[in-house]
Amino acid sequence: MTGKITVMDPRGYPPKVEGKRLASRPPSLDGKVLYLIDALFDNADLFVEELRKWFAQHMPSVETRIIRPRESWKDDAELRAKVVADGDVAIMGVGL
Amino acid sequence: MGFALALEQAGIPTIPVSTHVFARLANATAKAGGMPTLRNCFVPQPVVGRTAAELRAYIEGTDPVSRRPFMQGVIDGLTGPLAGADLEGATFERSTPRFLEPDTEENLQRLFIENRWTDMMPVVLPTEERVEAMLKGTSVPRDRIVGHMSPTAFREAWAFDVEKIAVNAVMAGARPEYFPVILALMASGVTARNSSTSSFATISVVNGPIRDEIGMGSGIGAMGPYNHANVTIGRAYGLSCQNLQGGSVPGETYMGTLGNGLNFSSCFAEAEERSPWQPFHVDQGFRPTDSTASVFFGGWYTHSGFGPRESWKEKFIRCLTATDHYSPPLIVMDPIVAKAFAELGYTKQTLIEWCAENARMPARDYWDDQWVSTMVRSYAAAGAEPYASRLKAAPDELVTIFRPQDINIVVVGGETQGAFKMISGRYRGVNPFAANMKSPTVLIDEWR
Repeated sequence: MTGKITVMDPRGYPPKVEGKRLASRPPSLDGKVLYLIDALFDNADLFVEELRKWFAQHMPSVETRIIRPRESWKDDAELRAKVVADGDVAIMGVGL
Repeated sequence: MGFALALEQAGIPTIPVSTHVFARLANATAKAGGMPTLRNCFVPQPVVGRTAAELRAYIEGTDPVSRRPFMQGVIDGLTGPLAGADLEGATFERSTPRFLEPDTEENLQRLFIENRWTDMMPVVLPTEERVEAMLKGTSVPRDRIVGHMSPTAFREAWAFDVEKIAVNAVMAGARPEYFPVILALMASGVTARNSSTSSFATISVVNGPIRDEIGMGSGIGAMGPYNHANVTIGRAYGLSCQNLQGGSVPGETYMGTLGNGLNFSSCFAEAEERSPWQPFHVDQGFRPTDSTASVFFGGWYTHSGFGPRESWKEKFIRCLTATDHYSPPLIVMDPIVAKAFAELGYTKQTLIEWCAENARMPARDYWDDQWVSTMVRSYAAAGAEPYASRLKAAPDELVTIFRPQDINIVVVGGETQGAFKMISGRYRGVNPFAANMKSPTVLIDEWR
């Protein structure tokens, strides 16, 4: 068959993406509170614990705090409020 | 990822760390979140099963994506000054046209495969005439938004209307009279193409008069490729999900490590007239004369057996405790099995309660399940029952693994054998605390 036909697009309607800026960065982590967020996947707890030890050894001026959200990777408003109120920077890991 | 994006928006510099196989997904999610320069960092796969020393080596090693020392990427990501793109993010609109550019049938079939708009099987090309014919299967306006769907909870949700579902129903080979069932399945809001690494599928069950009206199968081979309505409705549900939610592309919007044959099609009708018990939809509060579609999220494992034989209790306990108990079972049983249980004096509910009470395992083993640990432990720690009690139990204490409301029974089969299957299939959402579930049973009659 060589004739051309017209068919309909099977895809849905994607939402408009609104650009969002990154948070302002501090010039250094000295004296900052770093939240280490356990992403809850297998061994993530061990990974963030090793991160904590790394900072204790190499950047002892950084205060690290380990926390766990209710669900992996999903926004957790209560926990986010705590990090915003008490923290300066965060690392979240690790996804599988 | 959603949490990391939200933290950045709230003013907290955040580094999401993933394993390198998730790099495309992580970067695509950041872009779709309007923050394409989110400072993702990566460690090698796997993290699962690695010792503390091995994980420390990851931390002190090289990011396999950026090829820089991992911790240098982390520190620079948290402290490095922002550039223009970091400050602006990315605002953009994407459109999906109503029609594709005209081409030959051969080229269009190739285009659909290359764009991953198919299940890799040939499709019926959705010409306007075919889509118009499909739309005659419903009285609902073509531009009615049926719902929003995403491959997983932290991804953006795409919208879809009746016409877009008709396009995919044509592709699946469905007939117009099946269309209300397909619309109802899409209205459930539950995807049949979840992106989880666990290769989930979604099983759908149809109840009520529409089963006979459109010739659905509940007898021999009802769960296999032997009934046109069953197969094409299930396929249409799957194709609709993958195309209307923004894709199901390996590495980007699909991460199921093994894949799942139930993703091709998994839809069947309940054998209501041959069951000793009331139909599933009536259990859920619908009238027998209502036509409904119910969805069960799982499809991960299957345990099978016959009976009930003399040792059925031991067999059931072995099957139930062998499940990946994060995902509770949908028990499908041939009418022979259901009638035999009824003769033993069980109602559907008392059998479910027996299962919930007797399926027990040591607390240590219960919590060693990857998804129970990942998705349930935090709620248990916060006091949600019965999970909190399971968490408090001594390691060797036998704990229940399912609540009665987690277990469901549907009767189906051709009575050629007294067979049952326990298939991973959660009725109420993707996890015990899911908030993204509209309704696991949808009234088809509203979509006629």
